[in-house]
This record gives sequence, structure tokens and C-alpha cells, in this order.
Amino acid sequence: MSDEALRRTPLYERHVALGARMVPFAGWEMPVQYEGVIPEHLAVRRGRGVFDVSHMGQIHVEGPGQAELLQGLLSNDLSRLADGEAQYTLLTNERGGIVDDLIAYRLGPFHTLLVVNAGNRAAALAWLQEREIRGTEVRDASAEYGLLAVQGPTALASLGLRQAPAFTHALGEVHGVEVMVCRTGYTGEAGVELLCASDDAVRLWDGIVGTGTTPCGLGARDTLRLEVCYPLHGNDITAATDAISAGLGWACALDKEFTGVAALRAVEEEGPKRRLVAFVMDEKAVPRQGMPVEGGGEVTSGTHSPLLDRGIGMGYVPAAAAAPGTELVIDVRGRLKRAHVVKKPIYVKEES
Amino acid sequence: MAGAESYPADLKYHPEHDWARIEGDEAVLGITWWAQDALGELVHFEAPAVGGSVVKDEAYGEVESVKAVSDVVAPLSGEILEVNEKAVEEPESINGDPYGEGWLVRIRLSDPSEADELLDVEGYRAVVAEQ
Repeated sequence: MSDEALRRTPLYERHVALGARMVPFAGWEMPVQYEGVIPEHLAVRRGRGVFDVSHMGQIHVEGPGQAELLQGLLSNDLSRLADGEAQYTLLTNERGGIVDDLIAYRLGPFHTLLVVNAGNRAAALAWLQEREIRGTEVRDASAEYGLLAVQGPTALASLGLRQAPAFTHALGEVHGVEVMVCRTGYTGEAGVELLCASDDAVRLWDGIVGTGTTPCGLGARDTLRLEVCYPLHGNDITAATDAISAGLGWACALDKEFTGVAALRAVEEEGPKRRLVAFVMDEKAVPRQGMPVEGGGEVTSGTHSPLLDRGIGMGYVPAAAAAPGTELVIDVRGRLKRAHVVKKPIYVKEES
Repeated sequence: MAGAESYPADLKYHPEHDWARIEGDEAVLGITWWAQDALGELVHFEAPAVGGSVVKDEAYGEVESVKAVSDVVAPLSGEILEVNEKAVEEPESINGDPYGEGWLVRIRLSDPSEADELLDVEGYRAVVAEQ
């Protein structure tokens, strides 16, 4: 893809002014880091950071038929949501593979907002629109919004927001900007994601950064999510992997009918042949996506954990090798390095 | 953590962003400020074994940041006399002081005349300017 084709969020000029290293990501020109991945990671674990995630897609699904449409296409049970609530869910294909993982926000009985991965926006939109039924309207509104994630133990206080249960949302005002305050995130920390009109994104960003919140790039977003074992679509979960093997059975209501449910029930019944596990390196080495695991298996995500100061990762291994404590040997560019399976998440926040 | 951009005048440079400090028939090798800056905070130095050999223009190790890994190319050929254990244990020292405490290996030169093919600081600055 040529540079000309890369899209920019409303905050592009802010990132450049802050000295961010900009990289192509899912068709967007995004900041991978400002000061550095490690200090940004630690800022979120110990204080707070702000991420521009305006590249993510927003799809409105509206109309009297919207609940029926989504209930048949998404893995989780949407009927459990009340207005103001949200849920992690999967858009599945006929084989039980994962077209995208997303968060569904219930805005009303006839209205759900889906926030999808940037790289899957077009695929998810097409998937939904091709399956529209009478009384539904599926609309891509991605260009209308800016989305800022403010995450970390001091995030809520810095925004003047009260505590609220995870996976809820409400309208509010932050730094004079009207926002949808979503109690969601991708870091394992307390915090919110703030959805605003794209025209307001710069004002919201400036207000947040102005209170001393550390700007954080995609690099820290990846290390943070991997420490807490949140899967990344395209790495850990794909259209060719199923939710049961990935450990996402909790997001699948196998007692309802949705695309691919029969395949998922079969995997559940027979037991997965391989499982997505988390592991920690026992030798100095940084595991990376695509590295083979001896005895069958493959690393799907790997990095250096800034908090543990060692290599960590996730990958698929034979079900017999999936128990915590199991030794793994990873082929790191021809050198065999020892690791062991750990219980997810890799990093558990100590209660203060 | 990283210092200001610098390229000492007493070093010889390889265009793959490696430096050599020649001391008689030995040399200390490392990566340049530009290389560590391009990679970002280093988290791993995959070091070669002492007693092994390095060959000019070939990789003898790897340096790795959170996001990326890069070969370390030997500017000169020789036998590895010493590996900087500090760079192994605290790879961030390579960012902090790439020409000092962040050196990588010490070698005994097998062909000191190879140094004639390396760049001086002006030549290397020209390489960096083209990046």
C-alpha cells in the first residue's frame, strides 16, 4: 500500500508535534511510540496514559429488527444487555472462525453500536450489510468519531469521572466535550474509552494531555494487552481459528443460534485439539508471531514484558501441552529457547 | 534514557551502523547511536560465544527492542575475546551509551588491513544523512 493511501486520524498533527514515530497500521498512519514503549507502558500501569484509537471502526445497527439480526450473527447473548451496557462478542463465520472481535454497546432497544478493529472494519461492515434483514439498517459511522482511551489507576480521577461497572456506558462531558463514556479498554487497567465527534477530538486530546496524561502509542497498547492476554485479531484469533480453542468460549452463547454455532458446539463437545496458551520465557529471548513451538504449535503474539522484564507471548499448542507449568521450547530464529505455560493473564494487578 | 546523537571521531564505521574502536591488534565493536535510536529501547542482546569468530560484513549477533530485531554486523574479522556482559544483562545500556558501557564484543583482528575499507566519521555521517 502506498503512503498516499494511508488514512490519518483527527489527531495526526498532534502526534507529529509530540515527536511520535508514525507507522502504517491497518491502513492508517498511527503513532507507534512517543517517548518509548517501555515508559509509556509503565505510565499506564502506574499512573495513566491516553491512546488515540480513532482508527477503530464504529458501525451503527438500527431498526426494529436489529436485535434479531445481531443475535444471529454475534456469538455472545445480546439479550442479556440492558440500555447502557456493553459486551465483548465475536462476529463468526460458518466454520466458527472469527471474522472480528468487537464490543457491542446497547444504545436502545432498536439501536446497537459496534466498535470493530480498524483492519476488519470493511470486512465486518460487508458481512453485516450482506445479511441485513427487513427492519434493520447497518451504517458505517467511523469517520464521524474520534476515540480516545484513557487508561491507568489515576485515569478516572484525572477526568473527573466516578467509578462505574466495567462494560457500561453513558453520555457525559469531559474537558468541555460531549462524549460517550465507555467503561472498556485494552490494557487491563481501570479506565475509559471516550467516543466524541471527530471535530472535538483535538480539544478532548489537548484537555487530557494537559492534565499530565502520558500520550501512548500502539507499541505500548500491544505490550499492555499481551501482559493481560487480551487476544489480537489477526494474530491470536483469525477467520481460521475458533473461539473455543482460543479460550473465548465465555463470549459464546452456545445455547442460542448464531453463525457457526454448530461448529463451535462440536469443538466444545470433542474438546479442542489445540489451545491458545500464555507463556513466559525461561531464557533471555523475545518470542515473536510465527515462531514455531517444538512438538507442534506456533507463537501468535510475543513481546518483551516491560513489567516482568522478560519475553512473554501467546500461541497455539497441542491440548496436551496446554496446562500451566508445561515446558515449551520455542524456535527463536534457529535457536531453541525454553519457556513455560502460565495461567492467563500473565500479569495480575496487585490490589492496592 | 538515550543520549544525544553522536558519532565519535576516533572510531571506524560500517555502513550497516556498526562501529569499531581499533586498539593495536584488537578492536571493540558496537552499534551506532543511529542504530539504537532506530530500534528504540533495547531489551535483548543475543551475544556470540567467546572463542568464536566474526567475519567482516556478516552478522555475529542480534539486538532486539520491544518492537523489532536487527542483526549486528561485524565491521572487521577476528576471534571473539570478550562479550560485554553488561550489554547482555542490561541491554538498555546500549541505548544509554552506545560507544561506552554499551559496547558489544572485543575481538582479536585476523586481518587488520580490513580497517582500510571502513568509513571515518564524515563518511558515516553521510550514510546517516541518506537514511
